[in-house]
Amino acid sequence: MKQVFKKPHALCDVPLHYCPGCTHGIVHRLVAEVIDELGIEGKTVGIAPVGCSVFAYDYFNCDMVEAAHGRAPAVATGVKRTNQDNIVFTYQGDGDLAAIGTAETVHAAARGENITIIFINNAIYGMTGGQMAPTTLPGQVTQTSPYGRNTETQGFPIRVSEMLATLDGPAYIERVTVDTVKHINQAKKAIKKAFACQIEKKGFSLVEVVSTCPTNWGLSPEEAMNWLRDNMLPYYPLGVYCDKM
Amino acid sequence: MAEKVLLKGNEAIAEAAILSGCRYFFGYPITPQTEISAYMAKRMPKIGGVFLQAESEISACNMVYGAAAAGARVMTSSSSPGISLKAEAISYIAGADLPAVVVNIVRAGPGLGGIQPAQSDYHQATKGLGHGDYKMIVLAPSSVQEIINLTAEAFDLADFYRMPVMIIGDGMLGQMMEPVTFELPEGRKLPEKTWATNGTGMKREHNVVNSLYIKPDDLEKIVLERNKKYIQIQQDETKAETYCMEDAEYMITAYGSTARIAKNAVDELRDQGIKVGLVRPITLWPFPDETYKQYVGKVKAILSVEMSLGQMIDDVKLAVESKIPVHFYGRCGGNIPYPDEIIKKMKDIVGGIA
Repeated sequence: MKQVFKKPHALCDVPLHYCPGCTHGIVHRLVAEVIDELGIEGKTVGIAPVGCSVFAYDYFNCDMVEAAHGRAPAVATGVKRTNQDNIVFTYQGDGDLAAIGTAETVHAAARGENITIIFINNAIYGMTGGQMAPTTLPGQVTQTSPYGRNTETQGFPIRVSEMLATLDGPAYIERVTVDTVKHINQAKKAIKKAFACQIEKKGFSLVEVVSTCPTNWGLSPEEAMNWLRDNMLPYYPLGVYCDKM
Repeated sequence: MAEKVLLKGNEAIAEAAILSGCRYFFGYPITPQTEISAYMAKRMPKIGGVFLQAESEISACNMVYGAAAAGARVMTSSSSPGISLKAEAISYIAGADLPAVVVNIVRAGPGLGGIQPAQSDYHQATKGLGHGDYKMIVLAPSSVQEIINLTAEAFDLADFYRMPVMIIGDGMLGQMMEPVTFELPEGRKLPEKTWATNGTGMKREHNVVNSLYIKPDDLEKIVLERNKKYIQIQQDETKAETYCMEDAEYMITAYGSTARIAKNAVDELRDQGIKVGLVRPITLWPFPDETYKQYVGKVKAILSVEMSLGQMIDDVKLAVESKIPVHFYGRCGGNIPYPDEIIKKMKDIVGGIA
């Protein structure tokens, strides 16, 4: 019988700890498939963040480094500058990348650091139980915005892709999502392009994946996908924000 | 004999690091260590190395963590307020068993404090700079020549034991110029870095550099295992200098540049007929307890001289188990103790009025 689908080699054969309906599993697979297809597993080093994807170091088959909260781009910089032939990627959530790690993110982008960032934006801190994130939408209820995010006192969400695209440093920035097969295929293309960008030494690349958190959004997996389409995508429009490829 | 050159303490650290094979330096500007960064910025590109000025001390030290994970000989330097920011990454470096060298050219605190010399980061350096159960080897040179030797030693210690090593100086030592030679001590035989995250090459299992252990028993096991290393270091790596201690009835103890001043006081007191000597810890952690212990029953009193409110004095008291009275003289705020002040204090101790 012809095999039409299998687990990518770059993904370890272990059960993932993610909640039902969480999109981390899809994105992990896409990253691993891209690593397989580009044939770069042996020279890839991944940087795991603090957040739900903290255990990413157990899931990817390439060398992995666990970073402090928000510091993954700095750690990636240290790894990449030491061995320029390594392909270095970080995998970070919105709290990690756009709150505590804002400086590391912005300056890695500004330096045009030749690394790839996979940015999971699900508008909430998942690991700690659903607190307001820098990307939490106006009015969105979380544990620390129990009456809905009040923009007068809690400010506005950060649109990371748009913000970073104002810099001269980045080479490729795209926002994608994984709510449908079509979007998943587009997301994979974007991730592949981001890694290719690094392989070709073009500089900083980032793919923002608009994602779900059914558990902390208090929705079923299906409801979460609908909520993503109805609320997240209007605020975080999909598209290419920077492309020097 | 190797040629003598006149060099600032800070420049000596940088050159000694390069001669020791350090090719990666991540820093952030802060007085009074700036010459280290400036020297690295000039030299590194010419020898195929990397100098990177980060956006913060936090970031610089996390870059060090990354480079160390990748198997590099790597260093960062800062001064007190910047070291507080590096504390995060240093804890991770220790928790992930990575080798790295961190330089603290101490200035007076707390807060923004001042930019003049101080030794007020002793507790921070030796008692736990970041969070968690860990130790860091802390080397305290007292001359520019010793800076060179200890910098070379710092890299070897870091690689040998896979842990962060701090070189602690102060603004005076960093800015002081002295004639030096670059005859580095012979290096240790070092283990291969088979744990480095530099790509599997599809030839081995993937390496993971990590300090996260969710299960208490797993974390306890790792911490206890690491502690065996710390005990070994206490046995094998403790260093101190003694000066005029053979017949001493009184001891002055001081480290770093303060020890140089204390030596002058010892000479002067000896000229005046008071039998006093000096004990100078070279490793602040591990602290040279045994060196002090051998003077229990031999010296009548100890005077700890520091550029702080009195921090090392705690370790001195513990080392002699308070079996010898331990007195203190210190200046702070960026002031340097003068030999005359130390002499007066010691005479007060001898005369029973201190």
